Parts: sequence; structure tokens; C-alpha cells
Amino acid sequence: MAKKHSLSPEARSIINSRVSRRAVLAGIGGVGAAGALAACGSSGDSASSGNAVRWGNWPLYLDFDSDKKTYPTLDKFTASTGIDVNYLEDYNDNDEFFGKVQAQLKLKQDIGYDLVCPTDWMAARWIRLGYSQKFDAANIPNKVNILDALATPSYDAKREQTLTWQGIMGGFGWNTAKNPKGVHTLDDLFAPQNKGKIIVLTEMRDTIGVILRAQGVDLSTVTEDQFMNGVDFMAKKIADGWIRGVKGNEYAQDLTSGDATAVIGWSGDMFILASENAGKFDFAIPESGGTLSGDNMMIPSTVSAEAKANAEKLINWYYDPAIAAEVAAYVNYLTPVKGAQAEMEKINPDLAKSEYIFPSDATLKNLSVFRALTPAEETKWSEAFQKASGN
Amino acid sequence: MGKIRTPYLLLLPGFGFLFTFFILPILNLAQTSTQTPVGGGDTGQYEQTFRFQNYIDAFLDNKEQFARSFIYAIIATILALMISYPLAYAIAFKAGKYKNFLLVLVVAPFFTSFLLRTVAWKQILGEEGFVVPTLRSLGIISQSTTLTSTSFAVVMGMTYNFLPFMTLPLYASIDRIDPRTLEASGDLYANAFTTFRKVTLPLSMPGVVAGTLLTFIPAAGDYVNASILGSPNTKMIGNVIESRYFKIVDYPTAAALSFTLMAAILILVTIYIRKAGTEELV
Repeated sequence: MAKKHSLSPEARSIINSRVSRRAVLAGIGGVGAAGALAACGSSGDSASSGNAVRWGNWPLYLDFDSDKKTYPTLDKFTASTGIDVNYLEDYNDNDEFFGKVQAQLKLKQDIGYDLVCPTDWMAARWIRLGYSQKFDAANIPNKVNILDALATPSYDAKREQTLTWQGIMGGFGWNTAKNPKGVHTLDDLFAPQNKGKIIVLTEMRDTIGVILRAQGVDLSTVTEDQFMNGVDFMAKKIADGWIRGVKGNEYAQDLTSGDATAVIGWSGDMFILASENAGKFDFAIPESGGTLSGDNMMIPSTVSAEAKANAEKLINWYYDPAIAAEVAAYVNYLTPVKGAQAEMEKINPDLAKSEYIFPSDATLKNLSVFRALTPAEETKWSEAFQKASGN
Repeated sequence: MGKIRTPYLLLLPGFGFLFTFFILPILNLAQTSTQTPVGGGDTGQYEQTFRFQNYIDAFLDNKEQFARSFIYAIIATILALMISYPLAYAIAFKAGKYKNFLLVLVVAPFFTSFLLRTVAWKQILGEEGFVVPTLRSLGIISQSTTLTSTSFAVVMGMTYNFLPFMTLPLYASIDRIDPRTLEASGDLYANAFTTFRKVTLPLSMPGVVAGTLLTFIPAAGDYVNASILGSPNTKMIGNVIESRYFKIVDYPTAAALSFTLMAAILILVTIYIRKAGTEELV
């Protein structure tokens, strides 16, 4: 097992892809009794890779020792539980990943992962379609450590089948030279010095979410009319030349090149920008409120009982405050685990004070989670948002 | 018998490749384009209902981006032709021993990724690049004028990115012109302009047609330049297709738009080739 860990992530992903391809072939071979065969296939796979948990996660989202090429917290997990983990950084895009595994989930065949990490709205889709499994609460006692703000999302109100991996705050980011007083309200954002130099996020739940909060709308009960009002507001700001672009993470480049002076952006990006360019950029949750979203650990419906128990132990491991603090020191997103801040004091006292990673209670109260949308809403709302963005 | 079969057998891998990676996807796309959402189904679930109205809806909904795509592509093609013709002419007739070196320079940008080159333009034209501050201090543009996130930046990006596609075919056909035909033209008392109009240009027409097609076709379907250098007001049809497919998860509309774009390009190109009168080229 230790030997397996010494492999590079690339090598491990190759090994894993071979395993999953074999599972697919097993599924194809089973004419007539496909279901039964696939079940055999998946338990066979778990056996062939020992009791390793196959975890698909986003790139650069787990503490990594670049000298030794290891993931320290994963190694400690293996050392303390004897459960090996096959860590795969190949969750690059929600839609792409879903497209890749959807057919197998539908046929109840092993998808090659025991633990996946979809963003809230995609996690909601998996749950709707019955593609995830409920946790055995006894295996995850640390679940109680989840931050209150993240504990009751509408798609999984009791956190029975998802637990946040990292939280993402949506708020205002700005160039401090151009906005010496900071950006704390929508009026500050749409102030004359920012005209034509504002960028908002392509993630509609964050952009429209921040706008709606300023209009006094509750995101956990947002209606179609309210949402469309928010979209109209954005469309008008684009037409009037206030908003320069609707972008993903690239807004960070625009801030550094001076093309943008204020943005609706994400905490993690702004943390990196602010720390790389001392004093030049800042981030804050709007006075009227910001958004909170997250990527979630979730166990696919195709995972065998044995592998599921191991995956649950892994989830429990990362809800231990000391371990969560180690991860946070590397990834700089909002840590969803209570008590991690106290643990961070021991590792890095400066980071323990960071509002980006450990927002104060006052900040947390001011964040809200966008409600889960029905499939029809998802299509209609994103169509309206995309149209307003010029698409 | 064996002799007759051999060429066909040799063609098999090519046919197989085209069938798998061209015919099948096209059929699949055609099939997707007339689907409609499954009633009560989840996001991205569609069923075949042969709804050809999808095409009309998709087109009417995005007329603006269609028009913009073709206008930008035409401007970029004309600009690329204006830049490339003298360049190709100079390399073919005037460069002497530097010919190969200059050709390498034309191709050199291709050694880096298309995306990186476009992002580089964003830096060059950005607020803190050297172009904007220089133009501002010279009073050529006003203090509030910016270059990125404008249609100017998108068209410039396209012109630059597709320039070698124009230059290389032009060079190939100009280089083939026998210099003695130019001398003969002079001997017949034609001035430089008449020689160009009556001899050089007609003889280089295959290059002009090939170059304009190789520039125009990818430019019309391009979305990278518009998404990196543009703004919400400069989106092209490629951006719409991307957003329909990945963001809205509306596969039928994305497929219908792709087919409409293909048809529009095909029609324009056919008219162009007819007018240019070089059927033998294509």
C-alpha cells in the first residue's frame, strides 16, 4: 500500500482508468443479466484495488507536499485506519464529469469513484436522480462539526448524503487604489470610477445572488420573478456600459491588468490576489449579504457497502478540525469545519485570523445559500442569465 | 482482381476514420437538433420528437450574434488579406536568401498555443500594457477609451490569429508566378499597376481564394477571441453554441445552431467561389 502511494498522481490515474474500463467491459459482456453482472463487477473492482477509496476531486484542492509528491493528510489517514486512498484530481468541470459517468450511473454500473465532489447545484441533480447514497451516520460522528451556515442546504436539508468539502463565498473584490473606501454596497460597485471596469461572475447563483440580496430578496426562497428582476438589472448595467464582462476565474487577470477595478468575485481567488499583490486588492461580503456555496463530498449510488463504509470514514477524517486546518492552510477556501480555526492557530496564526478562511460569525450570518432549482427552472433561469450575458 | 481492390483497401483506414469521427458525429448532431426536453425529466434529458421548429427558434433567437459573426469574420478576412498580400509578395519576390527565414517567422506564432496568443493580446491591449498608455499620452485616444472588451479587440485578435492561414497559401501561389511574365508585361508597355492588375493578381487568385476561405471559415465559427478579448456586446455565434451546450445544457438548440452555421458558411463559400471563378481549386 505504501508502495502505491509513492506513485505519481498521473500514474495512479492511469491505473485507475484501466480498472474502470475493465468494469465497463464487464458490464457490456453481461447480456441479459446486466444488473447482476455489474454488481459483481463493482464488488470485484473494490477487491482488486484492495480497500482503497477512489476519490475524484477538483485539482489543487487538497494539501500536497510538492517535495515528496504526497498528500500528507491522506497518508495520515491511511496510517491511522489502514484504508488506502486512490486520489484522482480529475473532477475538472461539473457538467463534463456528470456527462462522463451519467450513463453508468443510470445502468447501476461502477463509475470508478467511491467519493466525488460536485458543486451544490450539481449535487442537487445527483440527489434528484437518485445517484447518491445516504451516509451511515455512525461512521461520520464528526458531521456535527459542520458550520451552521452550511448545515441545512435545501437540496439536502439534514446533510444526509452530502457534506461540504470547501465553502466558497461570493462578494465584492476591488482595486484599493481606485476604490479607497472599499466596495461594500451595490452603489459602491456601480460608482463612477468603476464605470466600464466591472466584471461579474459567470456563476449565476453568485452574481444574481449578490444583486438579489441587495434588493432584499431571500435566496432560500427566491422566486422566478425575483430572479428575472435581478437578471434585468444586470442586463441594464451591461447595456449602459457599466459591466465590462461576465467571466469565470479569469476576472483575476483583469484585476491585475487594470482592465477591471471592481468585481463580484470569489473569496478563494481574491485571497490569492490579495496575498500576491500586497495592499492592492481587497474582498468583502456586501453589507446587504453575500452568497455561500460549496463543493460536496458525496458517495455515488453505485458504490458497494464495503467501499461506502471506507469512504464515510474518509469523510469523517476530513471533518476532524485538526485535519481540516491542515487542508485549509493549503487551499485557502472557507473551511466548513467548526474548531478548525483553533487548530490553525497551532499551524499558522496569521491564517487563523483570515476572514477568507474563517469568516467571523457576523460575516457568516450575512451569507446565504441559493435554493435548489427544479430542472425546468435550472434551464429557464440559466437561459435568461446567459442571454443577458450576450450569449 | 487483386490489383483493382488494393487502392480501395488502402483507402479503408481513411474511410473508417472519417466515418467514425465525421459522419457519425454529424448524424448524431442532426438527430439531437430536433429533440425536445423530456416532460418532467431532468436537466439535459431530451427525446426525439422531430421538432424542426428548433431551427427557426434557434436562428430567430440569435440573429444578432449570427450577423456579428459574419461581419467580424469578413472584416478580419479583408484585413488579413491587406496585410498578407504585400507580405507574401515581398517574401516571394524580394526576400532573396531570407525567404525561408521570413517564412519561419510567419509560422513561428503557431509554435505556441492559440489560447496563449490570444491571452497575450489581452495583456498587450490592457490598461497597464504599453499600447493604451502610449496612445493616451499621445492624445490619439481619450483617457477613458479602452481597447480590450471592444469589437476592435475581437476583430484584431481574429486577424492576427488567422494571419498565417492567409499568408501561406498566398505565398505559395505568388511564388509560383514566373517572373518572366512580369517582364513580358513591362515589354508590352504596361505600367506597374497594370502589370499587377492584369498579371500578378489573376495568377495569384488561387492563393487569394484559398487564403480567404481558410481565414473566413474558422473566423466565422470562432469563439475564443470574442470570449477573451470581447464583452457581452461582442459575443459571436460560437459563444452562443458553447453556452447552450455547456451552461444551459440545451443540446438541441446548440446542435441546430451548429447546423445553421454550417449551412450559412457553405452558402456564402459557394457564392464566393462561383464569383471568384476558380472552381478547379476546390
